[in-house]
Amino acid sequence: MWARYALRLISLCLGLACWASPAWSQTRFIIIASTTSTEQSGLFAHLLPLFEKASGIKARVVALGTGQALDLARRGDADVVFVHDPDAEERFVTEGHGVKRLQVMYNDFVLVGPQSDPARARGKDVLEALRRIAAARLPFVSRGDRSGTHAAELRYWGLAGIDLAREKGTWYRDTGSGMGPALNTAVSMNAYILADRGTWLSFRNRGELGILVEGDTRLFNQYGVILVNSARHPHVKQTEGQAFIDWLVSPAGQQAIAAYKVGGKQLFFPNAAK
Amino acid sequence: MSEIAQSLTLASELIATGDNRLAAIVGLSLQVSLSATLLSCALGIPLGALLAVGRFPGRHALIILFNGLMGLPPVVVGLLVYLLLSRAGPLGELGLLFTPTAMVIAQTVLVMPIIAALTLQVIEDEWHEYREQLRSLGASRLRAGRTLIWNARFSLTTAGLAGFGRAIAEVGAVMIVGGNIDGVTRVMTTTIALETSKGDLPLALALGAILITVVLLVNAVAFFLRQWAEKRWG
Repeated sequence: MWARYALRLISLCLGLACWASPAWSQTRFIIIASTTSTEQSGLFAHLLPLFEKASGIKARVVALGTGQALDLARRGDADVVFVHDPDAEERFVTEGHGVKRLQVMYNDFVLVGPQSDPARARGKDVLEALRRIAAARLPFVSRGDRSGTHAAELRYWGLAGIDLAREKGTWYRDTGSGMGPALNTAVSMNAYILADRGTWLSFRNRGELGILVEGDTRLFNQYGVILVNSARHPHVKQTEGQAFIDWLVSPAGQQAIAAYKVGGKQLFFPNAAK
Repeated sequence: MSEIAQSLTLASELIATGDNRLAAIVGLSLQVSLSATLLSCALGIPLGALLAVGRFPGRHALIILFNGLMGLPPVVVGLLVYLLLSRAGPLGELGLLFTPTAMVIAQTVLVMPIIAALTLQVIEDEWHEYREQLRSLGASRLRAGRTLIWNARFSLTTAGLAGFGRAIAEVGAVMIVGGNIDGVTRVMTTTIALETSKGDLPLALALGAILITVVLLVNAVAFFLRQWAEKRWG
């Protein structure tokens, strides 16, 4: 009787597995590990249908911080990575996990903070702004999640000559969360925060916050794309992944990136090497 | 306060217009969580009954274990199942990561202990009541377990519903093993998390209201099915 029960249980599992996996019927797809900024700004929702139309390949995006996205690919769980931390990307390729890094597009970071600007951070110089925030000990929200934006933030603190390990106090709030959640936190604390422009422009819950520093050349934010190395991870869908990358840096893909606008503003600027 | 009112209006609008994408997301949520609950019942109910009527070494340890596992954090389950299903993990060859199947597996791990622990409680009470009777009929413990499950079948629906509630409400596990991929593994809870990230709080709350409505509907169906069945066969 228990053997019969076990048999029924197994067939139930198999039945459920087939039922719950409409995914199995679609054969041609790739998995892209990417960042929250590209997903949440709506760029992928704009690009992927165009790519699918051109190639017949579906792309599934898993949106994480840059550090996490690269780690996911290091375990072989993605075919393509599309992120924004050039140093970490180069390391990924040198370690042999990626084939080659290609630059795709850029936008920029902006320093966001309370419109009343108690630290008087407003201006054109991000380093000076950070020094003033630190000196005034006013709340600053950090991503703290090894994302591309977090890496950039740490770089700016370093360039500003501020030793965070020593200066860090209750004013520096390390939230360990994505761009959106970190912005929500910053809004509720009326804090300063470094954000990528794409996420900021498409972010709805802005509260009292606004852009204080922008246009500093150091705020440049480069996105790159890498095919995961199939020599290292044999099941990687090389042909399909390469097709996505080729399309992304082709005139058609580059135009599609330039054409994406939120509220009439262009979010990302294509700059693939010709 | 105005935000809450706004989100309730939005929720009723979304339901009224019968938005296709929303329907697909709700459908997937139900599909994944009902599958996980069904599997958990198939595994957890016999296990709970076994723990209730069986007498074997390690039984107490197992009871404590299952009671403890009821408090398992979904993120930890997600992480465990992710490491198992990841290409670098032992089951990586199956290519199940980021599919609804992976989500069913994760939720089953999460829900099965709840069903087992609740079943154990129900059957243990039954066992105290009917032990002498069953013994006098010469029933073996396995046989007795089966009889008691059948006897308690209506009470056990509560265990199933508790498990379903846990499954459909969790976000930590499905986020990690499903990846929240648009159109493939995006369910109600991960959509709510996503809209919160985008700062669209009214929409997130509206989706929450819809999720609660769906859960209430499932419970109502279960309630009336149980009443009907009790009248017919009880």
